This record gives sequence, structure tokens and C-alpha cells, in this order.
Amino acid sequence: MTSLGIQNISRNKYYNWIIKNLFSSWTNSLITIVALIFLYEIGSFFLNWAVFSADFRVNFNGEAIVDRTYCSKNIMPGEYGACWAIIYARWNQFMYGLYPIEEAWRVNFVYALLPLAIIGILFDKIPFRKYFIYFTFIFPFIAYFMLYGGPGLSVVGTNKWGGLLVTLFLGVTGIGLAFPLSIILALGRRSKMPIIKSLCVVFIEFIRGVPLITLLFTANVMLPLFLPDGVNPDNLLRALVAVTLFQSAYMAEAIRGGLQAIPKGQIEAAQSLGLNYWQTTRKIILPQALKIAIPPIVNTCIGLFKDTSLVLIIGLFDLLGIGRAALADMTWTKLYYEVYVFISLVFFLFCFGMSRYSLYLEKKLKTDNS
Amino acid sequence: MQTSLIRKIIFDEKSRSLLVQTLVIGLFAVFIYLIVQQTAYNLEKRGISSGFDFLNMSAGYDISIRLIPFTSEDTHLRAYFVGLLNTLLIAICGCFLATILGFLVGIIRLSTNWLFRNIAYVYVEFTRNVPVLLQIILYYSILLHLPKTKQAIPIFENFFLSNRGLFSPSPIFKDGFSIVAWSFVLAIVFTFFLKKSLKKKQEVSGKQYPIFLINSAIIIFTPIFVYYIMGRPLDFELPVLKGFNFKGGMVIKPEFIGMLLGLSIYTAAFISETVRSGIISVSKGQREASQALGLKSNLVMRLIVIPQALRVIIPPLTSQYLNLTKNSSLGIAIGYADLVHGFGGISLNQTGRAIEIMLMVMLTYLTISLTISVFMNIYNKSVQFKGNA
Repeated sequence: MTSLGIQNISRNKYYNWIIKNLFSSWTNSLITIVALIFLYEIGSFFLNWAVFSADFRVNFNGEAIVDRTYCSKNIMPGEYGACWAIIYARWNQFMYGLYPIEEAWRVNFVYALLPLAIIGILFDKIPFRKYFIYFTFIFPFIAYFMLYGGPGLSVVGTNKWGGLLVTLFLGVTGIGLAFPLSIILALGRRSKMPIIKSLCVVFIEFIRGVPLITLLFTANVMLPLFLPDGVNPDNLLRALVAVTLFQSAYMAEAIRGGLQAIPKGQIEAAQSLGLNYWQTTRKIILPQALKIAIPPIVNTCIGLFKDTSLVLIIGLFDLLGIGRAALADMTWTKLYYEVYVFISLVFFLFCFGMSRYSLYLEKKLKTDNS
Repeated sequence: MQTSLIRKIIFDEKSRSLLVQTLVIGLFAVFIYLIVQQTAYNLEKRGISSGFDFLNMSAGYDISIRLIPFTSEDTHLRAYFVGLLNTLLIAICGCFLATILGFLVGIIRLSTNWLFRNIAYVYVEFTRNVPVLLQIILYYSILLHLPKTKQAIPIFENFFLSNRGLFSPSPIFKDGFSIVAWSFVLAIVFTFFLKKSLKKKQEVSGKQYPIFLINSAIIIFTPIFVYYIMGRPLDFELPVLKGFNFKGGMVIKPEFIGMLLGLSIYTAAFISETVRSGIISVSKGQREASQALGLKSNLVMRLIVIPQALRVIIPPLTSQYLNLTKNSSLGIAIGYADLVHGFGGISLNQTGRAIEIMLMVMLTYLTISLTISVFMNIYNKSVQFKGNA
């Protein structure tokens, strides 16, 4: 009897939910129906294109697809959807660029270590966090040695790097280098010394006022002009300089927001305990300010990660650049949608992941404070 | 004695800050001096001349998308202005479209209909987590794979969409059209004063006037009335398919449409989020109180919710406009002839004056950014709380 009653209530619950959220009024019902039709049309079109009538590695005849003429949609136009064989054929380039394929294990090794290097920063309640943080600081050296080469490993020039490797390299290194710089800039902007303050303000506002592409151009064309003869950074390094400066300005603004949120009493209390400026900043202000600033910092990181795609304009082959190169190849040309949808999906996974993380943090911080 | 002086300098806050600042500015000056020195040396060694005299030299390249006449014999300076106008054009059109789309999506996100608001949510997540450059390139390649001009898709009979862009009728202004345009401007000015006086009357007498209806009627019907009086001084030249191309009318290039779609669809996702959070920020009590006073739901929205939401929306909206304007520099990827593509790209390659050109381009963007900030700040001040400090 009781179980029946509960069942009734729960059925009512679903029924009520549907009525309340989808059919609460005439206009609402109409909107629901239109939305359903819309979803059905879009969904069936996309699924049909991407999955049901798509080629993966073989076409409808069962032949392996080695170039675009084997794609079902090019044999029988109008009846078949996507031809994903281009992704399989170009997989190595999407992942490593022109990195020598017999050395690709080195890149895979770094890819595998990357999560271990950042997990300690992202989550504060994991076991052995201290050691993960230590690893975070060792990781750049390991990654540099593995990727570029050195004693015992053959040297692979950065002109051979490409695809996801360049995207991740610029994103992760840019964020990593920009972080300390942005703390200095944010503190400088709030400094009481007028000269230091104005230098920081001018730098931040200048960088934020111009598009990234002009900074990339400047770094690409003008950096060699600024430097002495022997020093000639390669293209990837030039892009990295531009990306780092760009990111540091945006991150500094996010951190400044965090600094502003710290009540003045905290500073005064620290000073009354006899702490000097650096002690106050390092032990009292920054830990609190950075905690508050993490969600906006993550948002700037998402922005930067997307913006790394701009380096294709100065001739680097990031994920998007490699995709365009694949399309320029006569054997695969015209498979635009397949390539762009694939790259969008990769970017989406990374950026959506980051934004979920930022949401998770926001929620966590809220409960911590209440 | 001497140690005490050093002690005094280091431990006295004022003198220490003076010392630190002198050091910093000294180091900065040395840094700048070294760079300038090195650059001058490098330029001389590579035989690159400098100066702004190249601005008066003939550009030697053509720009297909332009608002003012331009041929390859025109100067680089003119190329700069062509690019600047194109940048402003895409920025203004993009901001306009992104705002409309963003407000629409933001309001849909708050719909009581679960399905409807989640479709908007999926749109927002998918567009803002994919690089804008990728979106621009994607939309552009869709546009390039439209049917050829011979099989162009007709829209509303007189517009034709093809892989060469959107062919549309072009207006031909005959004499007397300027009077119609002026009557439109005058109507707007008039309604502005009418609104003020009617508001005053309402405050005195308590009687409500349908101000919005009256004013829209004036703004719409005055120009139409003048238009017929002047003997319809506006004609349209229709695009007609002749051979392989359209003759007559005007064409909106796929580069422009691709940029416009990419920038506005991407930015609209961000704007919708600011709109949503702005509307949420208005407390429920405000709504309930105004309903209790007997206001109708559209009045609640217009008089209570939106004015308060705007206070929250305007600052982030400003930064979205700035982002859109800066992102318009991505036109170079698909060949939209904006400032960076024409002047910053081709002129730079032809003259080799990298420093001068990049400086001009950056300063231009800085000026645009500052102008937008100033105007939006003025607008922001006008919607903020007044009176209570």
C-alpha cells in the first residue's frame, strides 16, 4: 500500500515536472512543440551526416579510403555524409605535427605526464598533493628535454612541432609563464609608488587595448630587430613571448579583482602584527586573493587556449593550422566540415572542461565561505 | 654615520620608495635605450630605411572590399583609411547584431520552458568554447560552397545568395532624397522633446500618455509622408543574372558575411551570459513589489527589471564590444580587407616598414578601444544609481 502510494507520488512528480516545465500554458506548449521539431530536424540531419551515413575507414563498397576520391559521398554525391577517413589519415599530424613519427613516443610521454603535473594545482584534497606540486615544478624541464631533445635523445627542432602539441605547448607554457608575471603586474598596479604603478597600468592597458594578432605580428617581425645578432629566437618562441605578455595582462586584471576583494582590515591586522609589505603580501593577501581570483583566472586561460589558434596567421601549425594544411593537400581537399568539426570538438572538450572546473571551484568557494 | 644614513634610506618608507622608483625607472630607461640602439643598428645593417614617407607612396595593390574608392595607384595612407573604415564597419555591424542576438538568447535562457532554455544553453556552450577564428573560417567555407552564381539561391525574390556573396538591390538616391533623410532626423529630435514635455505633463496631471506609440508613429510616418510628397525620390537597382554573373545591384562579399556571422555568433554567446546574470541580479522582491502595485508584466520588465539589470549588464557588455572590435582583426585569415590585412599585412610586406606600420595599427586599435570605453562609460554613468551615494 505504502509502496504503491510512493509510486503514485513519484509518477506524479514526473508528470508535474513535464507540465510545469514544458506545457504550463498554451504559448509554452507551442514553444515546446516547435523546439521539438527544431531539435528533431537539426539532430537527425547532424547525426545522419556525422554517424549513420558517414564513412569511417572504409566506404560503402568496403574499400579502404586512401584519398578523397574513395569517399562514398564523392562516389555517389548526395547520398552519403561525412568522410572521417581524413582524420584517421592525418591523425599523426593532428597530434604531433611534423614530429618524426619514430620519436612520437616522446610527445606521448609528455602528454601522459601533463595531467599528473597539473592535478596538484587543480585539486587541493588529493593524497600526496605535496609531491604532485613538486612534480609540477620539475615537469617543465622533463617536457623540454623530452620534446626538444638533448643528451641521449635526438634534437627535434620546433619547426617540426605542430598540431595539438603546439596548441598545448603555447597554452600551458603561456599560462605557466604568465602567472608569476601577472602577480607582479597586479601588485604593481596597486602599488603606492606612482612610477611603478603607472608603468604597470600602461603595460596592462596597452596589451589589453590591442588585438593579439598585432602582438604576434610584432613579435614575429620585430623581435629579431630588437635583439643582438647572435640571439635569434625561432618562430614558436616568438609566438610564446607574445602569448605570454598577452596572457599576463589579462591575468593581472583577474588577480587585481581578487586583491581588491580583500578587506583592508586584513592588511592592517597583518601590519599591526609587525609583518612587512612582502610578508603581508605573501602570507596574508595573496593566498586569499588568488583563491577568490581562480574562477576569473580560469576564464582568461580558456580565452588564451582558444586564442592560440591565431598563431596559424604567422605561419605556425597549431591544431587549426594543421587542419588547414590537410585541406590544402590535393588528396584530401574539400573535406572542410569533417576537419573543422573535429578541431572544434577538440577545442570544445578542453575549454568546456576548463569552464566546468571553474564552475566547480565557484561552488566550492561559496560553500567554504558560508 | 654613513651606515646610519643607509639605514635611514632603507628603513624610511618615503626615501626607500623614492630609491626603488629611481632604480626601476633607471633600469627601464637603460632597457629602452639598449633596444632602440640595437634596433637602429639592425635596421642599418639590413638596409631598412625608416620614417613615415612611405605613406605617400603608391600602394600598388588592390582592395576589393572598400567603402571609399581605392585603386592600386592610391597611397598607402589611403589604404590605411580603407582598412580602418572596413574595421569600423565590421565592428559596428558585429556589435549591433551580437547585441540583438545576445539579448534574445539571454532572455531565452531564462524562459520557463525547460527545452527552450536548454537549446539556448547548448548554443552558448558550443559557440563560446570554440575559437572564434575557427568559427569564422568555418562559416566562410560554408559560404564559399554555396551554389555558383548561375544557381544562386533567391531570397525574397530580389536577393540572391551564391558563392560570390549576397547580391542585393542597391538604392539609387534621386534629388530630394536628402529632404526625406532630414525629415527623419528632425522627427527623431522632435520626439525627444515631445517625450520630455509629455513626461512633465504626466508628472503634473497624473494622466498617462501612450508616449512610445505616439513617438514611434511620428518617427515612422513622417519620412514616409515626406517621401510621397517629394515624389518617391528613391529607386532600387535590382541584380539581374547575365551570363555567369549578376549585373546591377550590389554585392555583399562572403568575406564580410563570414566575419559578421563568426564575430556576432561568438560574441552573442558571451553577451547572453551577461544579460542573463544581469536579469537574475534583480531581486525577486522588486518584481513581486511591482506586481503588487498592479503593474502589468511588460511594464514590470520595462520599468523595474531592465533599468536595474542594465546597471549590471553595461560594464561587461563594454568589454564584449571591445573584444569583438579586437577580434575583427582576424579578417586576415579569410581575406577580409581590414586594417591588419591590408595596411598591416600587404603594405608592410611591400615597404618593409614594420615598426612604423605596427605602431600605427596598434595605436589605432588603442584609440578605438579607448573611444568605445569612454562612450560606454558615459552611458554607464547615465544608467547607474543617482542621488544616493
